[in-house]
Amino acid sequence: MAKEQNKPTPTLTSEDGRKVIIELQNVKRSFKVGDEVVHALKGVSFKVHEGEFVTIMGTSGSGKSTLLNQLGCLDTPTSGEYFLDGVAVRKMSKQQRAKLRNRKIGFVFQNYNLLPKTTAVENVELPLMYNSSYSAKQRREAAVEVLKQVGLGSRLEHKSNQMSGGQMQRVAIARALVNNPAVILADEATGNLDTRTSFEMLVLFQKLHAEGRTIIFVTHNPDIANYSSRNIFLRDGRICSDTPNTNIQSAQEALDNLPSDDDDVCIPMADCPNY
Amino acid sequence: MNIANLFKIALKAIANNAFRSFLSMLGIIIGVAAVIIMMAIGQGSKESVRANIAKMGTNVIMIRPGAETMGGVRQDPSAMQTLKPADYEAILAQKRYVTYVSPECSSSGQVIYGANNTNATIYGVSLDYFDIRQWELSDGDFFTEEDEKKSAKVCVIGQTIVTDLFGEGADPVGKTIRFKSIPFRVVGVLKAKGYNNWGMDQDNVIIAPYTTVMKRILAQTWFSTLTCSAITEELTDEAIAELTTILRTQHKLKDADDDDFTIRSQQEMMETMSSTMDMITIILVVAAAFSLLVAGIGIMNIMLVSVTERTKEIGLRMSVGARGIDISNQFLIESVLISLAGGVFGVLLGWAGTWVCGFFNLPTSIPMWSIVVSFVVCTVIGVGFGYFPAHKAANMDPIDAIRYE
Repeated sequence: MAKEQNKPTPTLTSEDGRKVIIELQNVKRSFKVGDEVVHALKGVSFKVHEGEFVTIMGTSGSGKSTLLNQLGCLDTPTSGEYFLDGVAVRKMSKQQRAKLRNRKIGFVFQNYNLLPKTTAVENVELPLMYNSSYSAKQRREAAVEVLKQVGLGSRLEHKSNQMSGGQMQRVAIARALVNNPAVILADEATGNLDTRTSFEMLVLFQKLHAEGRTIIFVTHNPDIANYSSRNIFLRDGRICSDTPNTNIQSAQEALDNLPSDDDDVCIPMADCPNY
Repeated sequence: MNIANLFKIALKAIANNAFRSFLSMLGIIIGVAAVIIMMAIGQGSKESVRANIAKMGTNVIMIRPGAETMGGVRQDPSAMQTLKPADYEAILAQKRYVTYVSPECSSSGQVIYGANNTNATIYGVSLDYFDIRQWELSDGDFFTEEDEKKSAKVCVIGQTIVTDLFGEGADPVGKTIRFKSIPFRVVGVLKAKGYNNWGMDQDNVIIAPYTTVMKRILAQTWFSTLTCSAITEELTDEAIAELTTILRTQHKLKDADDDDFTIRSQQEMMETMSSTMDMITIILVVAAAFSLLVAGIGIMNIMLVSVTERTKEIGLRMSVGARGIDISNQFLIESVLISLAGGVFGVLLGWAGTWVCGFFNLPTSIPMWSIVVSFVVCTVIGVGFGYFPAHKAANMDPIDAIRYE
């Protein structure tokens, strides 16, 4: 029999005084597939401090999605502990996790996931709809505010089917910001966009990072790592590297260097963020 | 999420799939309309039967001679001779809950006027009888108390007799007709009443003083019936008790003896008829209710499709903080809205349908409670058949739902 473990405790601030937003302590997650047990995460530990822009990379099957589900409180670890903003998540009920997601997490998905036939403002208001402390007026004001931040101040009443992919992803990012979350979780947020728009999104993420937001960007695309402040690499359910990025590139510069839309020039593969 | 927002979302979802929502609503519309029309026809028929019976007086009480059996042998009431003039007088003297009393005896036979003849029943009654039955005259006058005392050969006749003997529109007052060769002077004509619910012609009657009929036609000293009326319909039971006491005393019955008479009230009759009509209504409504059940299944089907179709939306809502209950409420409200809207249109269609039925001479009357019941049933259908799809939606795993293609 396994020995009763001591109750895990969260680290609230690191030695250097920075606030810890996310802390994983030996998180394991296994699934039963038929008779077999698949270990998707085999003991992952790391901390994310406030204001970091972390990219989590890995090939398919590396445990990326499983880790994202853990970080997003959509799933709970089989063992280990996950602290989000000092709160232990593992033993939380579904309802408690729903509330936690509502208050502390902003999701940005690959395929935007906007409500169909619904205006930008309404889409952005959605998370606040599930927060009873907001009145209808406050909700709208907050939604309009973040839409302006992402550069869609002039398209508040556009419906999701009247917008381009880039615009839709901006709405999705605004939706992730509207509840002023502890962390923004982006899942392949540029995966469905063309090069130019992808850079535009990275510009936006870098702007949010500069404003002090904590961002975790899950992707299989290694180029995005150049624009974040720290890279975590997953392989076979374990972290194989975790390195700070000392040479953060500017997405704005990369965007400016792109040939304009009119030129039908092929971009060298290496410069392509969506390789 | 608060209720107002849930309604907004549900309305939007219905509007986004307007035609599909309308089709599933249609089932409810037709079901509710069918139930309303069936109830209206049932209720209408019942009311027309009640009205017919009420025309004969709802407070009428009839006393017939004889218990139903005597020494185990079922008796023919008309052969019994227990209701005597003395009983009549005793009731007249002691009545408190009874307003009018009239003896009744009758005889059927041929009536002749000039070259015409017909078959009719002559009823011997007292003057009170007209008040009990609320009969009115179209012509002439009632016979008088004097006539009653003298056993005068006078009579009041119904419209059928007038037509058969004198021809349409003739004035028979003052003329003399013969019943079994006994001449009767016509003093009045009753207003037409038509056929009753048993198909009996209520106008094929001759009414004469009971003294005349008893002495001159039947040569008997007992009555076949004593017809009374209670002060009001509500006091019928008290009146029956009072009459029972009077008659038991009159007939010197001991406590252990059974009544040697039978008292029936018009109310009982009405209740019997009403319960028959209720039965028919229930059968009609149950048939219609099945269409509502099918409509409910239709809603469940469409809600299941809707849940599957919106898996991604459900996943998204969950990932931004919707709890299971928020999701299930959203779908429940949607299905309740569909079925309630169906209910509203169904009631309107039922109303219109009932109105059309009126043109086909069907007696109809929409009971108000049937509308209330329709709405309650629609809500129950919405919740009942919406529950399973809503539950399915609420129990989705947000991880699978958000990546559902």
